[in-house]
Amino acid sequence: MISLEVNKKKFEVDVSSETPLLWVIREAIGLTGTKYGCGRALCGACTVHVDGEPVRSCITPVSSAAGKKITTIEGLSADLSHPLQKAWIEEDVPQCGYCHSGQLMQAAALLKKNPEPRDADIDNVMSGNLCRCGTYQRIRKAIHRAAEMMSGGGKE
Amino acid sequence: MSGIINVSLNRRDFLKTGMVIGGGLILGFSLNDSLSEAAIQSSVPFIPNAFIHIGTDDTVTFIVNHSEMGQGVYTSLPMLVNEELQADWNKIKVEAAPVDPAYNHTEWGIQGTGGSTSVRSEWQRLMKAGATGRAMLIAAAADIWKVDPASCRAEKGFVIHDETTRKLSYGQLAEKASQLKPPLDVPLKGEKDYKIIGKSMKRLDTPEKINGKAIFGIDVRIPGMLTAVVAHPPVFGGRVKSFSDEKAKAVPGVKTVVQIESGVAVVADSFWSAQLGADTLEVVWDEGSLADLSTNEMRKQYAALAKKPGTIARKEGMLPYEVLEKAAKNITAEYEVPYLAHATMEPLNCLVDLRDDSCEIWTGTQFQTNDRDAAARVAGLKPEQVRLHTTLLGGGFGRRANPQSDFVVEAVHVAKAVKKPVKVIWTRENDMKGGYYRPMWYDRIAAGLDEKGNLIAWHHTIVGQSIIVGTAFEQMLVMHGIDETSVEGAKDIPYEIPNILVDLHSPKIGIPVQWWRSVGHSHTAFVVESFVDEVAHAAGKDPYEFRRKLLTEQKRYLGALDLAAQKAGWGKQLPKGHGMGIAVHKSFGSYIAQAAEVSVSQAGEVRVHKVVCAIDCGRIVNPDTIVAQMESGIVFGLSAALYGAITFKDGRVEQSNFHDYPILRMNEMPKVEVHIMPSQEPPGGVGEPGVPPIAPAVANAVFNATGIRLRKLPMKPEALKEAMVKV
Repeated sequence: MISLEVNKKKFEVDVSSETPLLWVIREAIGLTGTKYGCGRALCGACTVHVDGEPVRSCITPVSSAAGKKITTIEGLSADLSHPLQKAWIEEDVPQCGYCHSGQLMQAAALLKKNPEPRDADIDNVMSGNLCRCGTYQRIRKAIHRAAEMMSGGGKE
Repeated sequence: MSGIINVSLNRRDFLKTGMVIGGGLILGFSLNDSLSEAAIQSSVPFIPNAFIHIGTDDTVTFIVNHSEMGQGVYTSLPMLVNEELQADWNKIKVEAAPVDPAYNHTEWGIQGTGGSTSVRSEWQRLMKAGATGRAMLIAAAADIWKVDPASCRAEKGFVIHDETTRKLSYGQLAEKASQLKPPLDVPLKGEKDYKIIGKSMKRLDTPEKINGKAIFGIDVRIPGMLTAVVAHPPVFGGRVKSFSDEKAKAVPGVKTVVQIESGVAVVADSFWSAQLGADTLEVVWDEGSLADLSTNEMRKQYAALAKKPGTIARKEGMLPYEVLEKAAKNITAEYEVPYLAHATMEPLNCLVDLRDDSCEIWTGTQFQTNDRDAAARVAGLKPEQVRLHTTLLGGGFGRRANPQSDFVVEAVHVAKAVKKPVKVIWTRENDMKGGYYRPMWYDRIAAGLDEKGNLIAWHHTIVGQSIIVGTAFEQMLVMHGIDETSVEGAKDIPYEIPNILVDLHSPKIGIPVQWWRSVGHSHTAFVVESFVDEVAHAAGKDPYEFRRKLLTEQKRYLGALDLAAQKAGWGKQLPKGHGMGIAVHKSFGSYIAQAAEVSVSQAGEVRVHKVVCAIDCGRIVNPDTIVAQMESGIVFGLSAALYGAITFKDGRVEQSNFHDYPILRMNEMPKVEVHIMPSQEPPGGVGEPGVPPIAPAVANAVFNATGIRLRKLPMKPEALKEAMVKV
């Protein structure tokens, strides 16, 4: 049994220690917002936070996340109140939507470290997250917009 | 709050009830039918037709018969219905249609999504569906109030009688309205009265896609479900000779290993176990006849074929090669584009619950009727015993409309062997290597100019596999030996040229091929629009002006071309090392021109800085969706132009994942600017037409920047660097 804390809830999961965190989150815990895209940390669809750091859950053994605080897209905000979610709606970002859990988690980690990112900062941090629908231009705009919301009154 | 219901038990139960009590309530229900007695007596709320469901609690649900794969149909199609229905947009829910003839594509005779046709084909039907519903709600209210229906109006989910300031909500009217006969013919609004169409409405599916709640096929879970990963033959056409599953079965969580037609399936209680199991399988394959296939050999064969006369797709005037001999100047070039994978972000998957007398399927598909019928054949059931639930699609791009229903058929085979509900998930590697690619194409193209630099002859020979021959669509799309999808965009070039010949070779190779976002246009636009550029330069003319002169009778092409050139500042001074190229192409009823600004590094890497896109897609339904689809098509086309290639060596696909089949990343994203032309023409498509012009626009820009003509995709830095050194 491995003890996990996901979105502030505690779980005991009966999986082998090398099982990727992605599949534990999706199958054992049942939170399917975190996506499988490549299985090799090439696309970023599986991005979650472990102790606040963005990680590719598809190559992260569950054992390495035991006892740490894991946040998935379902834990970003329960009511779409995170500035990034608001900005994603305002800019009408997603198309098929499959990659956006990962995009949002990656962007949330960026804004936490760098509340006013420039385009180059966004490129640096977001280029590991693929979007086959090509929503990059909107993602960039939405990140800037969320940053503005946060500086103009913080997270609501 | 609006919402998407992906897998709705209510809907299913309702349908079951409907089938039992009405027989024809939903099934086969057409808009002009009157409601059956049974339906009237049922407790079901107001269902004026197959597309609208209004509950007594004021919920309005639109049943959408086209698959949402990112192109925005879960918003644009409800917009069409609601323009006439006038329900409260903020309370609208969207639900995927079950498989039923009532939801067939208006032109295809089956239920499916593709060809950038959703808005174009549903435009009239859905507005009529909405108008019928509104007319019945108004009639119900007028009857209650004993007033003339003409004195009532509908707005935001209410019928209102202004004279007496009375109003009733659609929910309050639902029961009464359900007792009325739908009117046979309801006039539609005039364009000047549109309140929704033409406005940028926010997508209804965004909230679910940013909080983890959206359900794609891969996310569906049912009790007792197992997960399977299938080991496929390393060569197309290969078969299992023998296998040892000892190690696979030793993997914790693996339940069983079964051989099926398409390979060996490892079935486990989790994906991870199934994948580990599949990785440790020891399979001896009969590799079949393609075991020696290589892209290099194919290229030689194709190049040889391209020199021979093919089946004629278009011939006008004299035979061009006779004209070419006498032309003041003639130019010949050969072009090549590779096989391409769709590489949807959500790998293929399909969940099947097969019982003795029923089969239930959950998958993100573009091809409902086809898949259901194929599943029924494999399961030995009647089509009506198969219930297929369409989930959201994590990208489609054509791959999820497979004429052979490959990913559904395989899953039913596994379920049949396992006798338990099972979800087959394709690993990214399986997805990348699993075929149904955009075909590789090789083109030889020649043009002749007279003394004044006028284009007088054009001869285009195309070589590549047919995607249609051998499918159920052959009768519809193959005419006189020509697969129309092989020559689209080439045989219908708009340029005024007196002598034209377009011919085609369709070698049978055995690599599974399929439509890939923009189908034949993805290749023909690159060849035609690059070559027109070559010819313009050979004639010593500006490529934009050269096109203009050949398009004087083609107003819509010209309109898009002029707008793109003007907005991009064609001819302006560019930063040092930058080049600009332009291309114009019509596909799926829309006319699009794109101007790309690029630079090329010393290492030969192409950097696209900016793309200006002008589109004439006829009447505009959701402007922001048009913009989004242009952005999307441009990125999709750029990924292919710069990086995309599926290649073969020893019969094996050489690519496996996003490291060797790269797609564009954030740091490579150009600034994209989209300009939509106002138009009164019928709506054109937008999902695909943004793709074709980008590759030639970029190649033409590279020529402008470097003087090097790229005739082969993808644009490999090594090749470009080598050419630059020579220059």
